[in-house]
Amino acid sequence: MEVSSDREYIYTSSELDQQEGQLIEEIKASAREAIPDPDAWLDEEIKRNILLTTVDAVVGWGRRYSLWPAVCFPACCAFEFIAAEGPRFDLARFGMDAMRATPRQADLMITAGTLTWKMAPVVRRIYNQMPEPKWVIAMGACAISGGIFRSSYSVVPGYNRIIPVDVYVPGCPPRPEALIYGIQQLHKKINKIHVIPDLPQFLQKGKQG
Amino acid sequence: MTAALSGKEIASQLEEKFPGSVEESGQDSLVVKTDSLLAAAGYLKDTEGLKFDYLNYVTAVDYYSYFEVVYQLTSLEHNHTIVIKIRCYGRENPTVPSVIGLWQGADFQEREIYDLMGITFEGHPNLKRILLWEGFPGHPLRKDFNQ
Ligand code: SF4
Repeated sequence: MEVSSDREYIYTSSELDQQEGQLIEEIKASAREAIPDPDAWLDEEIKRNILLTTVDAVVGWGRRYSLWPAVCFPACCAFEFIAAEGPRFDLARFGMDAMRATPRQADLMITAGTLTWKMAPVVRRIYNQMPEPKWVIAMGACAISGGIFRSSYSVVPGYNRIIPVDVYVPGCPPRPEALIYGIQQLHKKINKIHVIPDLPQFLQKGKQG
Repeated sequence: MTAALSGKEIASQLEEKFPGSVEESGQDSLVVKTDSLLAAAGYLKDTEGLKFDYLNYVTAVDYYSYFEVVYQLTSLEHNHTIVIKIRCYGRENPTVPSVIGLWQGADFQEREIYDLMGITFEGHPNLKRILLWEGFPGHPLRKDFNQ
């Protein structure tokens, strides 16, 4: 196809070239000397070994990616959790591959299943044995509200009757993707925790009196 | 396949041995009088040619006007089976004899029936709730149970 020669351009090609040349000249003019190293005042040893960040960020990061779940799988939702643990969904990505058989080494309880009143004291005891800080994800309709067994004489209508729940994952059962989404929500929650308490008011700058 | 014996046939045998012990008999089951259960069950277990040495299950049904306790027996030797039932009337404190002395396997199932149906098994050595906790009000598998 032939391009008509009388087409109007905003710039002629020589103008573009001139602009480019100008830009380069400007940069060159401002770059006569090297920018000094901002960390030059630090000595060599420290420069190689120190990263600056906040305590909250580091501790939050550490807690987020080493959540070890306690075993609490009273019913069918457990199978979706097992699937999530397996290679296809791979919870190990979040540092959650270590299932703890003892609650004393766990900091997350994923309540995958229907809870009966007869089992309730055991679950509360497992929760009490977990060291602080600890979190609970209620997985599935049964864990949230008793689900289809809610009206039964023997079923606890929701884990939040006996232990505090941080994240609710609905579904019967929830797919592993849903559980992973819930875990990510929990990550966000953990991220917001302040490790170091705020200074008392009278020590804060500009807030005297 | 395990052959199901005719209830009528077994009933006539029992009637011969213990007159007046059979309440009703049908194609594949028979209803025995409560007070002759132990004698009849012992006979079924030990008689040559019957030898019902294995208790498949014990369960109970609530028919409002009476409770029915159902036993399925199998003979591992002759590979045949029969269902026998007993009825107990009255909802206040239905009582039937325990067959644990004949078949050990009845232990937990009789406790379960006691727990959920409220039928007492006389002669059971450890009759207490098995699924629900002590202090649970009522027996939830009864038809008139309401929370
Ligand atoms: S929510 Fe559904 S899948 Fe999960 S424990 Fe309850 S009944 Fe089972």
